[in-house]
Amino acid sequence: MRYQSHDVDEFAHVRIASYWPRRVSAVGTRVQPSVLSTPSPPPLFSMFRNTYDSDNTVFSPQGRLHQVEYALEAVKQGSAAVGLRSKTHAVLLALKRSTGELASYQQKMIRIDDHVGIAIAGLTSDARVLSNFMRQQAMSSRMTFNRPVPVNRLVSTIADKAQVNTQEYGRRPYGVGFLVIGQDHTGPHLYEFSPSGTSFEYYAISIGARSQSAKTYLEKHYESFADSNLEDLIRHGLHALRETLQQDKELTINNTSIGIIGPKGPHEKVVSEEGSFRILEGEPIDVYLKTMEAKAAPEAAAPPPAVGDEDVQMAE
Amino acid sequence: MDHFPTNWGRPNYNTFDAHATYPLHVHPQPSSSADGVQHTQQPIVTGTSVLALKYKDGIMLAADNLASYGSLARFKGVQRLQAVGDYTIIGASGDMADFQYLQYILDNLIISEEINPQDGHKLGPSEVHEYLSQLLYARRSRMNPLWNSVLVGGFRDGQRFLAYVDLLGTTYKASTLATGYGAYIAQPLLRKAVEGKEDTLTEDEARKIMEDCLRVLFYRDARSINQYQIATISAAGASISGSLKLETSWGFAEGIRGYGGQTQ
Repeated sequence: MRYQSHDVDEFAHVRIASYWPRRVSAVGTRVQPSVLSTPSPPPLFSMFRNTYDSDNTVFSPQGRLHQVEYALEAVKQGSAAVGLRSKTHAVLLALKRSTGELASYQQKMIRIDDHVGIAIAGLTSDARVLSNFMRQQAMSSRMTFNRPVPVNRLVSTIADKAQVNTQEYGRRPYGVGFLVIGQDHTGPHLYEFSPSGTSFEYYAISIGARSQSAKTYLEKHYESFADSNLEDLIRHGLHALRETLQQDKELTINNTSIGIIGPKGPHEKVVSEEGSFRILEGEPIDVYLKTMEAKAAPEAAAPPPAVGDEDVQMAE
Repeated sequence: MDHFPTNWGRPNYNTFDAHATYPLHVHPQPSSSADGVQHTQQPIVTGTSVLALKYKDGIMLAADNLASYGSLARFKGVQRLQAVGDYTIIGASGDMADFQYLQYILDNLIISEEINPQDGHKLGPSEVHEYLSQLLYARRSRMNPLWNSVLVGGFRDGQRFLAYVDLLGTTYKASTLATGYGAYIAQPLLRKAVEGKEDTLTEDEARKIMEDCLRVLFYRDARSINQYQIATISAAGASISGSLKLETSWGFAEGIRGYGGQTQ
């Protein structure tokens, strides 16, 4: 829990810090109140970086909803999660953070039902609310139809919930993104849910801090995923997840979570016949970490992000 | 002062909304049944037995076309079999008004669960049966049952499905099922003809068994009629026949003495 509140504070700090240089150089037809152009300390209301981000239902002149984009930033502050899918399996891999040597690692994966599980990035407390709702939906489907809820409908439902928060007065968007894996009679699936109210299905995807590095790896290798066995799929996932680590860090049995849907793999002992969702943590994932290949020489630095328009600059 | 003109002259809701802060549309409307609420105490316009059996290719259901008003044969062209989605046919006995309400509910269920999402997740017979059982049990728990016995037959992914659910929410499955008077008269005949032969009975043989049972029911059940429909659900999909006429012979009645209009 601690690392999230810390994240948000840090985020606010970035927003404030990036305010001044931009405002001084602002050009345009909008009339600036004279008080803002004086070099004296900022008045209280200028703690907000711009006029259009205090209410999530108001568009900026550029046609953007800044609160929504800040929510997407909250997802980027969470530690990374990676998802991949083959014809038989879907897997999630996530990097757990701990606040210090004496602290435990943050839970990154949640089981929703036998056939659905999620990995989270962002505010854990928002994730608890949403995952609790997903569990209720799953139970409701089993109750009324004696049927596991179709995964696409489950994801669409939470996306609809998130969308309401971008349109109604007095609400805030969820500050969490999900990767959802599940299976139904059409096979295994992988979805991404984001607080902007969208959901998409993927062959492979990553979210969270430095997830672009993992995405680059996945884009390079995804064509082989469809026919991969479980071990190869997990190894690719670990390689992708490794890309999100800082220089001096590595994946260990303590900081890595693996979520699996699909038939039992050779390294697994007890798995239900349907291949229900299971989360591997600690000792059982050692065998998978050992299959990883040494990292190739570092590639050229990623190109700088596209320059935003004038009324907002997102923190990286 | 009540600032909502539409509230003037109406009962107020002090206990519910002391300061009139609720928007108009959430105000409780005066009940149209201020003298109390009536729950169904008995069925009024009723359909009699529904029969169903498993055969080689799927499930066959049969029901006659009569809706009785007490002992009066009131409506003689009523269809009591209904397809639900692509994989299911239901047949209902009991109150026909409640059955029409069930059809309304199920039509809307198919719209919200299949037509609107368009994602390929269809409702199969086991889903429809579970839904019906939950619905009927919820209604009986509110002391206001939907007064029907329903047979749910279906075929999906190569699997036959046949189950029963009634106004109490009771459910069971068997390879032959019958509701109402048919549970006493036709069920023994069906069991004798079908059990152990579910995987070999042809459609024509099954149809013959159904007609024989319906004929016996027509002879014995005073709430039945000699017009009926037969439905099949198989890999080929659902099909419900038009109204058919039972072949009956009453020659034996010539020799019966002891009641009726005879003079000797």
